[in-house]
Amino acid sequence: MKNAVTDALIITKRQLLQLARVPEVLIFSTIQPVMFVLLFRFVFGGSISTGQPGGYVQLLMPGIFVQTVAFTLAATASGLAEDMKKGLIDRFRSLPIARSALVVGRTLGDSLLNILVLVVMAAAGFAVGWRPTASVLSVFSAFVFLLLFGYALSWTGIYAGLAVRDARTVQNVSFLITFPMTFLSNAFAPTTGMPKALQYVAEWNPVSTMVAACRQLFGLENEFGATANSFPSQHPLTTSIFYMVLIMVIFIPLSVRKYKNSSN
Amino acid sequence: MKSIIAEHLVKTYRDGEVKALDDLSLNVEEGTVLSVLGPNGAGKTTTVRILATLLKPDSGHASVAGIDVIKQPGKVRELIGLSGQYAAVDETLTGWDNLVMFGRLYHLGKSASIKRAEELLERFSLTESARRPIKTYSGGMRRRLDLAVSLIVQPKVLFLDEPTTGLDPRGRQEMWGVIQELVKGGVTILLTTQYLEEADQLADEIAVIDHGKVIARGTSDALKKQVGGERLEITVENADIAKTQEIVARISATATHTDIRTISAPVTTGSIALMDALRALDEAKIHPLDIGLKRPSLDDVFLSLTGHVAEEEVKA
Repeated sequence: MKNAVTDALIITKRQLLQLARVPEVLIFSTIQPVMFVLLFRFVFGGSISTGQPGGYVQLLMPGIFVQTVAFTLAATASGLAEDMKKGLIDRFRSLPIARSALVVGRTLGDSLLNILVLVVMAAAGFAVGWRPTASVLSVFSAFVFLLLFGYALSWTGIYAGLAVRDARTVQNVSFLITFPMTFLSNAFAPTTGMPKALQYVAEWNPVSTMVAACRQLFGLENEFGATANSFPSQHPLTTSIFYMVLIMVIFIPLSVRKYKNSSN
Repeated sequence: MKSIIAEHLVKTYRDGEVKALDDLSLNVEEGTVLSVLGPNGAGKTTTVRILATLLKPDSGHASVAGIDVIKQPGKVRELIGLSGQYAAVDETLTGWDNLVMFGRLYHLGKSASIKRAEELLERFSLTESARRPIKTYSGGMRRRLDLAVSLIVQPKVLFLDEPTTGLDPRGRQEMWGVIQELVKGGVTILLTTQYLEEADQLADEIAVIDHGKVIARGTSDALKKQVGGERLEITVENADIAKTQEIVARISATATHTDIRTISAPVTTGSIALMDALRALDEAKIHPLDIGLKRPSLDDVFLSLTGHVAEEEVKA
């Protein structure tokens, strides 16, 4: 058991070393969300009317945080697919280490990466006028919440990477799923503008519940479109926790099994 | 004592449609090198993967260093080293990073991992490139590093799956030197290859496999005898075929084989036979388009053992 933990941490360290050796990866994974912040804040922000004190940016930042965390799953998936293709997974599997070490280590590494990226995003948000009004504890718990969401999602990335085995394909597929998911939500615009049927979809979307939950924790009143009056829009925090648990209950065993049988 | 034993291994893919291993059995005496020779898709990699605990066979038994690979895979992993077809190291990291990381995964502890990494880098002449990312390494350097990783804990049994496939001649020579050094150290090695020459250089014994079965087994000399050693090959214009056949038949004293305009036959006297042939051709005023001695290739082994050439198949 002690070994299983150390083994996982060594894998985590590997990921950090990779970042240290190729810092471009980190730079690019933060440039994109920073660009989104600037675009939405200054290009679209002016034409989206909100009753929100402090302006659109207060509603925008929680959306950006959730999107940023969701996008890292593509990197997890392509990293795993690359390891698979290069035979590294076989090497790890031939070592006398716990079967869980590689996948657990990887998800921990993803969480560390998410911490870094979230810090950068919070700073970027602060620079363009984002000011959460809730208590420090509440703001802090929003970030913990985001990290947990990221952790749950990185298990889906692990599964996708092991299943698809081709880095470019899996990266494109992840993007094709996460991109519309983050936009078919309340992250950037009110769901009230959508056709009724789509409003329900958007409000049940885990991205929306996460965004709404974070907005609550940051101290916002207006949750940006809860007109469909669905359960998730009423109880975003509960629904988000339910989604995270659901994702982990499904994808942790699936990923571990996939990893164990990855050469069969 | 047998260090590696495989008995009646069967492995099928896609619900039995593709038979990767079809009742394959082999064994390797402790401290010797067995080369498993076969074309792509013959079942070489599948055999290695089963013995290295990466894959479970559908049926059959296997043990490495006396330990059952199916029942106690964890124990087997502590005793083996595996170096695959692709250099399985982290390419974004440096050679030093990789060795230290794998050392720690073998539970060597931090300072012992560093010490071992430095020893191995020195031994494989990689010290100068230790701090460069693997991406910048040549093919030969990558393979050496990959092999170094599999030697971190001084394995009792080493699996080398096509260690030189894709390397240039120089890289191949270097790799052979490294493997020969290992053999002197007394480790038991199972090495797969597509090249007869490689098996010849490195192995005590050779097992030829095809369609998931061992079809011949023996020392390199024994197999070569079966294949027929060197062949004299002469390519001539159509008009000269008949005369050339006569000449070749005289020199070889065995049946000649004619393939379009190429006449060939086994010879035992090597370059002397070649010179005899040149003299005879010159006397007969025949100008060969091509002439040479051909060493038996994997194709020849297959041709003589199975009656078909080593065909490319879908890789399992």
